[in-house]
Amino acid sequence: MNAVKGKKRSLYTGCIIAALIVVLVVMELTMKSTSMVFTLLKKGAIYALVAVSMNLLNGFTGLFSLGQAGFMLIGAYTYAILTMPVSIKLSDSVYKYYDCAIGFELGVIPAMIVAGLLAAIFAALIGLPVLRLKSDYLAIATLGFAEILRAIFQWDAMGPITNGANVMRQYQDLTDIKVPFTDIPFPPVLFCFLVSGLCIGVIVLLINSSYGRAFKAIRDDEIAAEAMGINLFKHKEMSFVISSFFAGISGALLAMFQYTVQAAQFKTAMTYEILLIVVIGGIGSISGSCISSFLFIACNEWLLRFLDESSNNILGLTILRSGFRKVVFSIIIMVIVLFFPKGIMGDRELSLDRLKRPFAKKEKGVDAHG
Amino acid sequence: MKKVLSVVLCVCLLCAMMAGCGGSSSGGKKTVTIGVFEPASGDNGAGGKQETLGVQYANSIQPTVEINGETYDVVVKYVDNESSNDKAPSAAAELVNAGCSIILGSYGSGVSIAGGPTFENAGIPVVGITCTNPAVTEGNSYYFRICFLDPFQGTVLANYAYSELGVTKAYCLNKLGDDYSAGLVNYFIEAFEGLGGTCVHEEFPDGNSDFTSYVANAKAADCGVFFSPVSTEAAQLIIDQTVAQGATFPLLAGDTWDSNVILQAAMGKDVNVTITTFYPEGADADFDSNIKVWINGDATNLANNGGDDTVAAVTAMGYDAYFFALAAMQKAGSTDPAKIMEALWSTEYTGVTGPIKLDQTNGDAIRNTAYVKKADTATGTWMAMDPVTIG
Amino acid sequence: MQFLQNPMPYILAGISVGGQYALIAIGYTMVYGILRLINFAHGDVFMVAGVFMVFLSASLPLGLAIPLVLVLTVLLGFVIERVAYKPLRTRNAPRMSIMISAIGVSYLLQNCALYFTGGLAKVYPQLPWLSDTIEIFGAVTKRVTLITPVFTIVLVVALVMFIRHTKIGMAMRAVAKDFETSRLMGIKVNSVISATFIIGSFLAAVGSLLYFTNYASVTPTSGGMPGLKCFVAAVFGGIGSIPGAVIGAFVIGISENIIKGLGWTTFSDAFTFALLIVILLVKPTGLFGEKATDKV
Repeated sequence: MNAVKGKKRSLYTGCIIAALIVVLVVMELTMKSTSMVFTLLKKGAIYALVAVSMNLLNGFTGLFSLGQAGFMLIGAYTYAILTMPVSIKLSDSVYKYYDCAIGFELGVIPAMIVAGLLAAIFAALIGLPVLRLKSDYLAIATLGFAEILRAIFQWDAMGPITNGANVMRQYQDLTDIKVPFTDIPFPPVLFCFLVSGLCIGVIVLLINSSYGRAFKAIRDDEIAAEAMGINLFKHKEMSFVISSFFAGISGALLAMFQYTVQAAQFKTAMTYEILLIVVIGGIGSISGSCISSFLFIACNEWLLRFLDESSNNILGLTILRSGFRKVVFSIIIMVIVLFFPKGIMGDRELSLDRLKRPFAKKEKGVDAHG
Repeated sequence: MKKVLSVVLCVCLLCAMMAGCGGSSSGGKKTVTIGVFEPASGDNGAGGKQETLGVQYANSIQPTVEINGETYDVVVKYVDNESSNDKAPSAAAELVNAGCSIILGSYGSGVSIAGGPTFENAGIPVVGITCTNPAVTEGNSYYFRICFLDPFQGTVLANYAYSELGVTKAYCLNKLGDDYSAGLVNYFIEAFEGLGGTCVHEEFPDGNSDFTSYVANAKAADCGVFFSPVSTEAAQLIIDQTVAQGATFPLLAGDTWDSNVILQAAMGKDVNVTITTFYPEGADADFDSNIKVWINGDATNLANNGGDDTVAAVTAMGYDAYFFALAAMQKAGSTDPAKIMEALWSTEYTGVTGPIKLDQTNGDAIRNTAYVKKADTATGTWMAMDPVTIG
Repeated sequence: MQFLQNPMPYILAGISVGGQYALIAIGYTMVYGILRLINFAHGDVFMVAGVFMVFLSASLPLGLAIPLVLVLTVLLGFVIERVAYKPLRTRNAPRMSIMISAIGVSYLLQNCALYFTGGLAKVYPQLPWLSDTIEIFGAVTKRVTLITPVFTIVLVVALVMFIRHTKIGMAMRAVAKDFETSRLMGIKVNSVISATFIIGSFLAAVGSLLYFTNYASVTPTSGGMPGLKCFVAAVFGGIGSIPGAVIGAFVIGISENIIKGLGWTTFSDAFTFALLIVILLVKPTGLFGEKATDKV
């Protein structure tokens, strides 16, 4: 009985994924490529990946880490350095004040994987000392490491590799991706969705594996987990490294999306944003993180923009002006944090059964945005 | 309680969605949209607002444009890039989404470089108003600019320091990762060392507000001039710290410091601030007096200009950029971005800041005159010195 | 390398910044001592105090504006605790949610400041006498630079006396020692916590007066970095310990300026965090922290 149900479910999931891909392809072929919707979808997909990777740590393993921006920084820079054509590295159009020390270039996919791996290696090194700390001490230590990483990337002596604190650009961005073996440009939105969908899929598989159960056991009670024979440090380190790997990949995607990347962007404020996405979605819910990242990006960048435009003032009120959007947005966030501490999804996942319930009102609204 | 709140939240979001979607519809008369890509907040917010004022003023006196015998209403779409390189691409995407035919801006080279590829991929031409870093237009055929470049400005400043001030050792300070100040400092050092001087070069990180140590470093190294072409926000603190530490060297900077923010910071203090800029107030008396009336006539404009009616060079440049864009549209005979881009290469226009003509390699303005100004700390105004022309 | 030739200006600047950090760090350490909460919004309370001052001094004489700033900041700290932390605490929410709420408050305060200042740096008013320039040991500086450490130490001594010898101070120590037991003993835990936030915000307001008189520009983000550094200072000195926080703040302020003097400007912020990680790994309780096994 269960097997039949499981089969049916995976069939449904497959259908939904296929439908999503078809919708995206049709949208990209028919709509103007400069539409804001695409920008939101791309950025939403990228943030969904990093939010899920943070959720793996915070929600599933119970490690309160605030280093995500640092690992995205490593991913973004690695990707940018590796895919920048050698001819541009040698000219002074990007490396103006330094001679680039990296004399080779890689394709998009290998560069993304290296980006993830480097972030993972750094995480493994940082994890050795840091993961012995608990809760808020861990948070502040990982946050500190992210700041140190940022300083290192901006350091003059690293100039031949990272171009100092200056902008990295003219690497392979989303518009440069081609369908394999042809010259046809690959639909950029689809690319973001495929990469982050694949990565999130891997994380879901991991969470449902025996390792995932061990992570959850650690989250729920460390001492009990240890008593059950779970090697605490090994599993924490593993979760930390895997989370950073995917943060690195999402950093690479972000670099592709933005066309330019600079270390100054990856501040603690960025980690806070990702954390808020995770909290709004529900700590411990993968689908919650995905939904809330699209919602967060849409509100932040688009839906609430009208609050900034003083021309929309009603009754001569002058409260609508630049910046009001962010005030409203942060009040919404506070309301969610205070009154809905479980976020949109709590620690459950989105499923067809849940959508049928009357409570499903909210998710429908979300789907309309996506 | 929770139910009510969740309903309220949903309603809010729905309203927002409708407003978000509904806002984009427009109909009726023929219109052409000019995008303004400027910072209104962040480090360069003050300067960006002044530059935007120039565009707004120009739009207020010339709200229509005649293209091929048809009159179009000019709609100006303003988007704030928050002076931040990571916000720039999404701000740029918003302008692209608004269907702009041409885009003006930005104040600050970093955001221009960061936003450039978005415009390039969308095929919309951009006219840089005061972004002086060469990298803005290099390799981006859709980015043009109407101001002089930093290699030129750096040389002018180095010559001034070496010959006029008679200094052989200069202290150079720029912001870490800021393309504008890093570029200008680099060209200054090149030129200054070429003349036979020496330089001490340092950088300060983002968010730094303690400039005491930098001023102390300059004093300790016996530098004759303190060159820091940074944002006005940092400039206020630098001026303050220089005075507080009793340093006597002159402060030298580029076009960003041409702002009444600097004048207000330096007023009544014993400090020598000298800058290079695009336009000296008083060069076009008609323009100055008219825009002053316009600025004083509206409290918001006055606030955006920093609280008084000093005409900043960037405002004059913004004014010229608007008319330059209109001239390009008329020359193209179309509102199609691709045709405007073709026409821009050969558009010529004489504005209040002088004649504008673009070169054929990168689309940079051919300008070889910079104006030198010195702050009069007693009256809080700029004293124009002899303009410098090279080549 | 200018530091080696003439160390005086750097040390002076360092002591002054250290004093200002100390006033903020006390707020962190007291709140952490009692609630085990990193109050991420504390740095922003400090920034908002600066914004209050900018707006109030524009319309009121300084003699009125300064007390009003202190009162408003204290009120802000009190309201934040009541609105954003207390509901979660009474609901027995996990510690992580309170911390997230703190991050949310910090986000809200920054965005409000962004809205009210229009995103531009606001020039802080000159305070007469404090802003005057003076000369000491061959280094010229503002008078506030010298006043700060003295003032800080006076305030800290007063605070320590307050905690040692008053009833509410005793209650604070009791709550910090054992939250539940002190509640059972009849201590009004909520008013003790409010008092902690009031003291913390008051000191942050004083710190902001001194800090912004020295670095006269307020931006929405100007609370972020000092806030984090002060937290590090509190951890360094042993979180929960007031003298520890003060010493930590001076150490960080001075070393940061020395690093700048040595020409390592890129690392002036990173150093603080490196120090944090080293202290967490070597002596997690900090210099003066009490031994408590549940922290690490």
